[in-house]
Amino acid sequence: MNEQITLEVLRYRPEESSKQIYQSYDVPFKKEWVILDALNYIKDELDGTLSYRWSCRMGVCGSCGMMVNGEPVLSCASFLETFHPGPIRIEPLENFPVVRDLVSEMSDFMEKLERVQPWLIRKDEDPPEGEYLQTPSQLMDYKNYSMCINCMLCYSACPVYGLEPSFLGPAAIALGQRYNLDSRDQGEKIRNAVLSEDDGIWQCTLVGECSAVCPKDVDPAAAIQRLKVSTTVDFFKSFLMPWQNR
Amino acid sequence: MRRHIEPFWWALFSSGGTLAAFFLPVLIFIMGIAIPLGWIESPGYEKLFALVSNLHIRVFLFSLISLSLFHWAHRFRFTLYDGLQLKHLNRLIAVLCYGSAITGTLMTGYILIIFSSH
Ligand code: SF4
Ligand code: FES
Repeated sequence: MNEQITLEVLRYRPEESSKQIYQSYDVPFKKEWVILDALNYIKDELDGTLSYRWSCRMGVCGSCGMMVNGEPVLSCASFLETFHPGPIRIEPLENFPVVRDLVSEMSDFMEKLERVQPWLIRKDEDPPEGEYLQTPSQLMDYKNYSMCINCMLCYSACPVYGLEPSFLGPAAIALGQRYNLDSRDQGEKIRNAVLSEDDGIWQCTLVGECSAVCPKDVDPAAAIQRLKVSTTVDFFKSFLMPWQNR
Repeated sequence: MRRHIEPFWWALFSSGGTLAAFFLPVLIFIMGIAIPLGWIESPGYEKLFALVSNLHIRVFLFSLISLSLFHWAHRFRFTLYDGLQLKHLNRLIAVLCYGSAITGTLMTGYILIIFSSH
């Protein structure tokens, strides 16, 4: 009656061993459980030493990303049932250094997010009386790209980032584009200089996996593609209309 | 601001990809399969020659062949970079790939010019 399902969790505890090893846990198989529920069950009932990140358990905070059967997913949004009858392989996010068990090191990602200057850049220093007004259609221009929850699944899925860790990467570029497309922003030129550096958009070979795994349908691949087009137009403009280069 | 050449190659790559996707399969099907197999009656050398002598057709063929080559070059360059992990040879690879495309473009131009000025 009480069906069980096996989770094979890739563990890493640097104080015990420098190697990662799989450890199997049998947990109750419940239809309404997501992977995160199973991990919490392990932590509470079977093995308190297991480490992983989570917070909201509703696909909002972006902290519970991990590899489940080789795919980067939010563990709070993936049902056990999908992987029935198991066993289910749980590993830390690919392409990132591991701190401990399923906890990955994200400072590289943080540094990249900051590099695209994700805030409104204005030429005039003084803020307006009241707020900057924006029409609904101006909001729609960038809304999609603003839905990112920084879960890093796209970086895990991106083979270019895997090969070339200096690549700025999907989420950071989509975030830059989010501000570029904001009618209140005037920093496109400054930002595009960063985005089209050697480590930026030109590294992308349009594999498209980032958009496939994104839990928020941000579509970073499209953001990168649009930037390639607009940067290329600017490039040719700068030859045809050099007086505009300032 | 440092200016990168990358948008230039990418423009050739993407326009080449669009043109190739639209026209190459049809052209290959008609010229390379349907006519040789006799599914379509051959227009004969004279007619084809007259066709290729038309300036518009020559410009079209030149763009199609040249841009398709640049599309290939860009793709192949990244295939070597990422697929075969040869990024440390990037200079050499870029020169070889784009160099082949440029050579092919010059040859195409030369042949098309010879055709016209008989
Ligand atoms: S773009 Fe999508 S996959 Fe990438 S970090 Fe943002 S929400 Fe996650
Ligand atoms: S726990 Fe917050 S997104 Fe999964």
